[in-house]
Amino acid sequence: MLITDRERLRDDIAGWAGRYGRERSSLLPILQEIQKKYRRVSDHAMQIVADLLGIHPIEVYGVASFYSFLSLTRQGKYVIRLCRTISCDMAGKESVAQQLRNDLGIGFGQTTPDGMFTLEWANCLGMCDQGPAMLVNDKVYTQVTPQQVNDIIEQCRRAVSVFATHNKEH
Amino acid sequence: MNSSIKNALTFSTVEPSGGLRAAMDKGRAEIIAEVRASGIRGRGGAGFPTSVKWNLAAAAKSDRKFVVCNADEGEPGTFKDRVILSEYAGLVFDGMTIAAYAIGATTGILYLRAEYTYLREHLEKVLAERRAKGLLGQGVCGKDDFELDIQIRMGAGAYICGEETALIESMEGQRGEPRNRPPFPVDTGFTGRPTAVNNVETLAWVACIFARGADWFKSVGTGKSAGLKLFSVSGDCKAPGVYEFPMGITVASLLEAVGGQDAKAVQIGGASGYCVPAGEFTRTIAYEDIATGGSIIVIGRERDMLKVAENFMEFFADESCGQCTPCRLGNGKLLEGIHLLQQGRCSMQYLRELCSLGETMQLASKCGLGQSSPNALLSIVKHFQSEIMGRIPAAAAAARE
Ligand SMILES: Cc1cc2nc3c(=O)[nH]c(=O)nc-3n(C[C@H](O)[C@H](O)[C@H](O)COP(=O)(O)O)c2cc1C
Ligand code: SF4
Repeated sequence: MLITDRERLRDDIAGWAGRYGRERSSLLPILQEIQKKYRRVSDHAMQIVADLLGIHPIEVYGVASFYSFLSLTRQGKYVIRLCRTISCDMAGKESVAQQLRNDLGIGFGQTTPDGMFTLEWANCLGMCDQGPAMLVNDKVYTQVTPQQVNDIIEQCRRAVSVFATHNKEH
Repeated sequence: MNSSIKNALTFSTVEPSGGLRAAMDKGRAEIIAEVRASGIRGRGGAGFPTSVKWNLAAAAKSDRKFVVCNADEGEPGTFKDRVILSEYAGLVFDGMTIAAYAIGATTGILYLRAEYTYLREHLEKVLAERRAKGLLGQGVCGKDDFELDIQIRMGAGAYICGEETALIESMEGQRGEPRNRPPFPVDTGFTGRPTAVNNVETLAWVACIFARGADWFKSVGTGKSAGLKLFSVSGDCKAPGVYEFPMGITVASLLEAVGGQDAKAVQIGGASGYCVPAGEFTRTIAYEDIATGGSIIVIGRERDMLKVAENFMEFFADESCGQCTPCRLGNGKLLEGIHLLQQGRCSMQYLRELCSLGETMQLASKCGLGQSSPNALLSIVKHFQSEIMGRIPAAAAAARE
């Protein structure tokens, strides 16, 4: 990691600790901010958080590794979470899963080499009447068909490329 | 997203903040007495009488108290809290405010599961409006002795955090591992202070009870199970979605209303609930018969019951917090047993041992997850033994084709 990256991470975490407070109960909100911006909670980030909250890094690790929406390894820009629980299973989640594997070229628990997509299973998403359901980051998709999978993936790619050109112009 | 609401809900007929204003005309003790008179019990699954919980929290002495709205809705097949939060958030916050006043809390926290992050913006907006209207802040509803703010805390993807002590651990920045009870949260809750944890739906009904009167609520349902209840219906039926029915409805009438009469079984209460076979559809859904947080999964004639059991066991093996042995190892063992059954390699002797392991888990696990995770498998073994025994190993079946 470059020194400037380290400093940026340190500044960010100090900012979040300032906003949420340095109590133990602020740990989860701080880790959630780190996850959102950096797409993972790295060892280095855990050390910084531990120092700021005055707890042992292993305490931070214990929490970061417990929750399925926090990740120790870097996730893709888009995290696709397909619901595997009973109602979505009965509604045909397996063929959506297969199409996701085919169109992304990865399996569940993996990230595409370009760092764009992570594919994961989710337990009950609370969309049981409209399955198969999946989350793409915070957005929910319901009654997903295998045919729609490619469109959803393309939408994500387009959003990123629009963002990239937009940034270049300014 | 389509609307999930399938029949007329009482929530849509109750004016937001109407119940709150009616409650604010009463004293603290009077509010709890009204809640007791309504007979309402927790809608999150456990069915604990709400007035008893509030009484204990009100009696506890502390510099600070909390009310927590449990919006971690993670039980497979449950989605009514999502619908309530999207459509009737005002009623939920009314209920939280009434609870806070009754027990003397100054902070309310809504614990929202990470999977529902898309609801957060809407909920924050509703809270901002309430602050602007004087329904939150200093002197709520013009009452000088009542100050309250409500915050939202996000979960991070853990079913176990729906268990109230795990939820509190999570808010305290810990792993979501359930605590020993007692002490109960009403006594030693968030940051060691008295905390009343209630389900989203319970709080919305409280608002309705004050708008319509305890008698109205009590007059519906059965003697031991008062009032109305929302049901999350999914699976093999014509019209899945959220329904309101009186407590005490029979499984058969519920199935008729949702277009699922042909079902071979219904899973009531989610993965941790019971699998009710067609022969028992005359039973009622009530605390005194089949209790539930409202998850109804209709299982059609063509479904393989072992696959259903496998799906539930995979869920529990994945979501066990791992803190105690019966649950951490037991769920994995039961799942292995299901695989043996699927391969047609399970002896009757071994099946009995699996069932006895399940019973041990029910007794020896620390929290409700491990105590109830064997329920589905045990009821499937009991009612569908001829379907699950004697399967032909897949390889042998393939060779014959
Ligand atoms: C494993 C487990 C998961 C639970 N999940 C939830 C949940 O998602 N929502 C909920 O309201 N209660 C859940 N509960 C029940 C809570 O512990 C608690 O009883 C409830 O929030 C109390 O509210 P009520 O009395 O209004 O129902 C769960 C319990 C267990 C054991
Ligand atoms: S029963 Fe399971 S979820 Fe509950 S405390 Fe034990 S290991 Fe954790």
